[in-house]
Amino acid sequence: MIRVENLDVAFRHGQSSHHVVREVSLSVARGETLGIVGESGCGKSTLLRSLAGLEGGWTGRIWFDGREVGKVRGREELKLAQMVFQDPYGSLHPRHRIGTALAEPLRAMAYRDDRQRVLQALRQVGLPADFANRFPHELSGGQRQRVAIARALILSPPILLLDEPTSALDVSIQAEVLNLLADQREERNLTFVLVSHDLAVVAHMCDRVLVMKDGAFVDELTKDDLHRGVAHDGYARELFEASFL
Amino acid sequence: MSDAIRTDSEMLQSPGLTERMLSALRRAAGKLAEEPLGLAGFAIIVLLLLVAAFAPLIAPYDPTAQALSNALQPPSFTHLAGTDEFGRDIFSRLLYGSRITIQTIFFVSIIVGPIGLVIGVVSGFFGGRTDAILMRATDIVLSFPSLILALAFAAALGASLSTAIIAISLTAWPPIARLARAEALVVRNADYVAAARLYGASRLRILFLYIAPMCVPSVIVRLTLNMAGIILTAASLGFLGLGAQPPAPEWGAMISSGRKFMLDYWWVAVMPGIAILLTSLAFNIVGDTLRDIMDPRHARS
Repeated sequence: MIRVENLDVAFRHGQSSHHVVREVSLSVARGETLGIVGESGCGKSTLLRSLAGLEGGWTGRIWFDGREVGKVRGREELKLAQMVFQDPYGSLHPRHRIGTALAEPLRAMAYRDDRQRVLQALRQVGLPADFANRFPHELSGGQRQRVAIARALILSPPILLLDEPTSALDVSIQAEVLNLLADQREERNLTFVLVSHDLAVVAHMCDRVLVMKDGAFVDELTKDDLHRGVAHDGYARELFEASFL
Repeated sequence: MSDAIRTDSEMLQSPGLTERMLSALRRAAGKLAEEPLGLAGFAIIVLLLLVAAFAPLIAPYDPTAQALSNALQPPSFTHLAGTDEFGRDIFSRLLYGSRITIQTIFFVSIIVGPIGLVIGVVSGFFGGRTDAILMRATDIVLSFPSLILALAFAAALGASLSTAIIAISLTAWPPIARLARAEALVVRNADYVAAARLYGASRLRILFLYIAPMCVPSVIVRLTLNMAGIILTAASLGFLGLGAQPPAPEWGAMISSGRKFMLDYWWVAVMPGIAILLTSLAFNIVGDTLRDIMDPRHARS
């Protein structure tokens, strides 16, 4: 479903350049959930944003669903992958009502502005229909993240890119949001790429985990490895020990 | 089931525009009630608007009717603010003068607000060369003193109220553009803008539906604070004889003509001075209060 070859991201400031992601390759099968873990600053978010098409400075090749996508994406390419952001307080426009926020992707993609569809999207993420008339500040963090998920799913993309979707939420809410994501994955046969530094979240959600350090993958773990606490690489072991203490 | 769908779609009807504006107004009024000073400012401005609207009904005399036998009378019950050198009732002239003031403020604001907002938002959002060009243009305009520019305009186009309005507008937009640009620079990196790019919203859509609405409140506040300055500039232009022309009762022009008699007949210059002072003070206070109401970051402790 997703194939990436030799993806390289460097930020340039005049003469100096900062190499964030170094020649990474990966592939994700349809319906699979790939986790990417690493400490902050290791380049995992940049990798995800490059996949989404938000960063322009990458080289390499990316395929979604067998189709190569470039840096500037057309509507059809954008419909293949949508993203859920880390901060539910920053990812919804404070002056747009929830109904507007959900209808915006439809309008931008020149679909008919279908209120039924907005309503259905709200119901799918377990929110009552009258939330459509509320503003984001009238919702809790978990509810906002549900709206953000509904917005990402309203264009029915086969791929969902998740950038620490629960790290800004309370622990009890985290489980709800993760379960919602898992349910939607079952229902729509979605492919996830989940970036996180929370190994518990990754272990709960992912079929396969890549450990990232300084812009490159140092280890690959299966779900089995995660449950048994096995890591092949020294750095990955360190990471796991530090988080399971 | 069909019932459920119907009620759902009923609930989904977003509230009408009037209803939304009413609820926003109610919220603002609630906050305003906690700010007595701001309330006073608003009261003065509302009074000014009423006076401007009903000047012919309130004014006891014709503002341009001369009665030379009655010239330079001190304030009394027949002439509340006295009379000027042509025997015209100063109080009536002040009432009619509020129309000119309101007109100036209104036109300058509706010219300056949108221009400043669009230039600032475009420059902040697109960045790069667009930003550089627009901001240098802003810098250049910012270095023109508005009075001098108005003088040049008056020389070129002839002195009149509309010349004054154009001259003030030409020099009043840069601070607004800079403010809008600063806001746009912050907003354009927000996650909701990234999300909008991901679902294919066009740049213009992002600019006007996502970024501009976030800049509007601070632009409105800035405009209100600017109004005091606009009143003073307009009065200065009137004083120099470059604004509204006699016999129009422009406040600045009234001070200017009263200047010659000021030592013996103080009210001729002082009365319009008080009017200018009160109005610009009210706009300053209202601007400050609006900032407190619309922008929680500036909330008073």
